[in-house]
Amino acid sequence: MMASPMRIRADVRDGVTDVRMQIPHPMESGQRKDDKGALIPAHFITALEIRHGERLVFGAEFGPSVSANPFLRFRFKGGAAGERLLASWEDNRGERRSDEVTISAAPG
Amino acid sequence: MDRKRRALLRASSGLGVLGLLAAAGVIAPELAQAAAARAGFDARDLDAALAALGAQHAEQGAEISLTAPDIAEVASAVSVGVLSRVPGTDRIAILVSKNPFPLAAVFSLPEGTQPEVTTRVKMAQSADVVALVRANGRFHVVKKVVAVTIGGCS
Repeated sequence: MMASPMRIRADVRDGVTDVRMQIPHPMESGQRKDDKGALIPAHFITALEIRHGERLVFGAEFGPSVSANPFLRFRFKGGAAGERLLASWEDNRGERRSDEVTISAAPG
Repeated sequence: MDRKRRALLRASSGLGVLGLLAAAGVIAPELAQAAAARAGFDARDLDAALAALGAQHAEQGAEISLTAPDIAEVASAVSVGVLSRVPGTDRIAILVSKNPFPLAAVFSLPEGTQPEVTTRVKMAQSADVVALVRANGRFHVVKKVVAVTIGGCS
């Protein structure tokens, strides 16, 4: 099944870009059992990175203790309204997804 | 069985996204190696995870703000924020002491990215939430007790 798109919001204010994102993913720990008592296999994102053009602005490694549908917030210097960020993840099954978002001017 | 599964987890983590980017020359090889090794993620207790990260002698850091609730209403999604004021911070890790795999996340913060990150973690039971900061090759750590009232989640 194709992974769903990430929800990413990036607002720039005074030269700092504020990124909030949520990644649809079950983040199964491999510790839970289903209704019949069988262990649900581990299925979680292992690596994530966000680039602004060629520049890496954020990298993450995850274990199964990160919540389902991981949420992240961070800020980096740079970015301008209309420029794009590229987010990519990979999980322990080798599934991958990349999504782009356009940076907006922060309201107000 | 458990050992086999862990070996599989290690093997399947492979090069990862960061490794592929390093192979393409986009990011520094150091970051990619860290990602490929996934140091600490297969540790089953807090001390082993810290040791795997090279942080067994981490200093108690006063210059780190760790934001987490006193009581987690929803154990499957506990909001954790870490803000480091230690100059030269380039990496922040979040651990949950009593989870089956305590190391939740390791964040790499390239120059220009602010030393602050917010995410959400699962908690199997009441435990210490631990923020580990690497700055100029030295580790600093702070902890906060978070109580889980109903159930717990792994």
